[in-house]
Amino acid sequence: MNEILQTTVDAIAAKFNAQVEEAHGDVTLHVQNDQVVEVCRTLRDEYGFDTMPLETSVDYCPAKSPRFHVVYGFYSTKTHLYLFMRAPVDEANPHISTVESIYPSANWREREIYDLMGIIFDGHSDLRRLEMPPNWEGHPLRKDYPLGYEEVQFTFNFDEIDLRKPKGER
Amino acid sequence: MREIQEFSLDDLKHLLSPRALTGETVVLNMGPQHPSTHGVLRLILELDGEIVVNCIPDIGYLHTGIEKNMEAKTYQKAETMTDRMDYLFTIGNNLVFSLALEKLIGLPVPPRADAIRVILTELQRIQSHLVWIGTSALDLGAMSVFLYSMRERELTLDIFELVSGQRMMTTYIRPGGLWRDVPSQFNELVQQFVDIMPGRIDEYESLLTNNILFKERTQGIGVIDVPTCLAYNVSGPTLRAAGMAQDIRKSNPYCGIEQYDFDIPTQTTGDVYGRYLVRVAEMRESVKIVKQALDKMPFGPTRTYDPKYIPPFRSEIGVSMESLIHHFKLWTEGFTPPAGSVYTSIESPRGELGIFLESDGSPKPYRVHYRTPSIPLISVFPIVSKGHFVADMVALTSSIDLVLGDADR
Amino acid sequence: MGVDRKTGNMGILTTTVEGFMNWSRTNSMWPMSFGLACCAIEMMSTQASNYDMSRFGMELMRASPRQSDLMIVAGRVAQKMAPVLRNLYDQMPDPKWVIAMGDCAACGGVFNNYAILQGVDEIVPVDVYVAGCPPRPEGLLNGVMLVYEQVRKEKLSDWK
Repeated sequence: MNEILQTTVDAIAAKFNAQVEEAHGDVTLHVQNDQVVEVCRTLRDEYGFDTMPLETSVDYCPAKSPRFHVVYGFYSTKTHLYLFMRAPVDEANPHISTVESIYPSANWREREIYDLMGIIFDGHSDLRRLEMPPNWEGHPLRKDYPLGYEEVQFTFNFDEIDLRKPKGER
Repeated sequence: MREIQEFSLDDLKHLLSPRALTGETVVLNMGPQHPSTHGVLRLILELDGEIVVNCIPDIGYLHTGIEKNMEAKTYQKAETMTDRMDYLFTIGNNLVFSLALEKLIGLPVPPRADAIRVILTELQRIQSHLVWIGTSALDLGAMSVFLYSMRERELTLDIFELVSGQRMMTTYIRPGGLWRDVPSQFNELVQQFVDIMPGRIDEYESLLTNNILFKERTQGIGVIDVPTCLAYNVSGPTLRAAGMAQDIRKSNPYCGIEQYDFDIPTQTTGDVYGRYLVRVAEMRESVKIVKQALDKMPFGPTRTYDPKYIPPFRSEIGVSMESLIHHFKLWTEGFTPPAGSVYTSIESPRGELGIFLESDGSPKPYRVHYRTPSIPLISVFPIVSKGHFVADMVALTSSIDLVLGDADR
Repeated sequence: MGVDRKTGNMGILTTTVEGFMNWSRTNSMWPMSFGLACCAIEMMSTQASNYDMSRFGMELMRASPRQSDLMIVAGRVAQKMAPVLRNLYDQMPDPKWVIAMGDCAACGGVFNNYAILQGVDEIVPVDVYVAGCPPRPEGLLNGVMLVYEQVRKEKLSDWK
């Protein structure tokens, strides 16, 4: 691990009691759900991570607690280092605070996560669906949401499926 | 069929000024089908006369569900979907997916494959900028630039077609190297392109750079400064036009691009004209990189020998039983990288193109997320567009080089 | 052809109204520039210098559906876009033709999932399907030629 990154990670781990994981060359901090805003503020103000290129979420569906992870990636334009952070979100209470006030780029990324994964960001200024139509039901990227696979037409079942398909009228 | 979902003004109350609700200002819908929105971007504009008071972008008209669909396919099959994401930087999308997998598995890449990867991605960058220069000049009323730039774009497409058989969706870069070595005419064709391209870039510049109409339309319009760029995480030419020399190719190099000599062009104005100058200069730098990579291109294999992950050569399958078994296993079951998550990024023509890839040790990716440069670019619209004329919105939209397939995925 | 013939002494040509209308339609067909995704870039190539669609009387890509005869659906149609597409189709004046350009517009292509309409023929009637992902410009030109063949077969009695 890079020296600058090592000092940052050590300080954050000590201050917030975070777990540090280094795998495949990426360093990830595991923090508590309610510490996210504070950690982000510390990283930006004290350690120079001035941009947040990545914010996404992962669904570990069969595991009920914590079901989701929100993944943050920070990048420093001065030291050119990446640092990642993960915070758990529970299924029964899918809430986490927004980091929009610290990194404004989180605004749209959190809207996307809300849209596709159904995690609610408390304190977000504009939590609407980003990609799907406003009246869409469900959150497509969740593991228990079906892919919506449509059966492929072959010669033997062409007519059968064709009857069910909607047809464009003139 | 679903009905068109229209926002009511109440839904957007927090984004509009109070004058919109009293009818003092006009709320105008621009897009999703509009000739100057470069795809299916929809902008909801609040206008006071002809001046934009607020702008609310609405995306998702090209949401393809690629991230979800990739979870249902093995790694090799998922890679074909990545092409369709940013359709002006298709090889780059393959490259970042392959880089992430190589980082996850720890696969080495032979130097010849690296050199060819660099050549192809830089050619694709030129191609993307050519489409950009043509369409944005078209939006601003200069028709002829479009015809010139598309002429040169065909030359790059000929090279892609030569190496992969497809003009746009190549899927040529694979984890561990390339699909196969380039044909023998490749060097000659690229050399021809490199020789004629600087003169052709001069041609575009002679049409636009000192064109008084073009300058009037672009100078001082749509200024995005460095703090806004960093806050909204805008990267690429837009950031460099604002004055910050940030480029993933220099700061976090990939594919051995650090061994080539090139500069990062910057401007300080941050306006539409500055972005134009940066992109034109970037095309020249890309030509330089391609030239050096072509001269230095080493000989050797173009994919790593690792039968657990890389399919064996065609010629081996007929004579070697093990190769046949490996090939069969790889294309029926797929390969299994170790569990864990990685993030990799490269420099796309629009900014930082990153991929977050999580594997659970099965042959299918557990979660793929593309960090695409277009979403931050669209998310600065509400800030940048304030106080501009509607006609300037056209210049602004075209200047930041949107690819909606990249934003919506 | 001499100058005297150009200045008006052109002689007489006899044809049917039907044939004349169809001939003029094929030679001034205005497509709607309806670029959605990757295929839109190839549609632009078809318009540009190397392939030059204006050889067939199609140099005008109309931005407005109300001025166009041919809708080239270039690219995948998302569920959010589908009603918009139908709305645009309804705004086009009769007679109108539709080309589904590319695999995604024809049948959903590689995207068999929740977000993509499995073929644009579910919402609008399609006259010609052009295969390819994306189709080459030659492919699109061939599709346009196939539309022209249909146009030449139009009957006066079928006009609404």
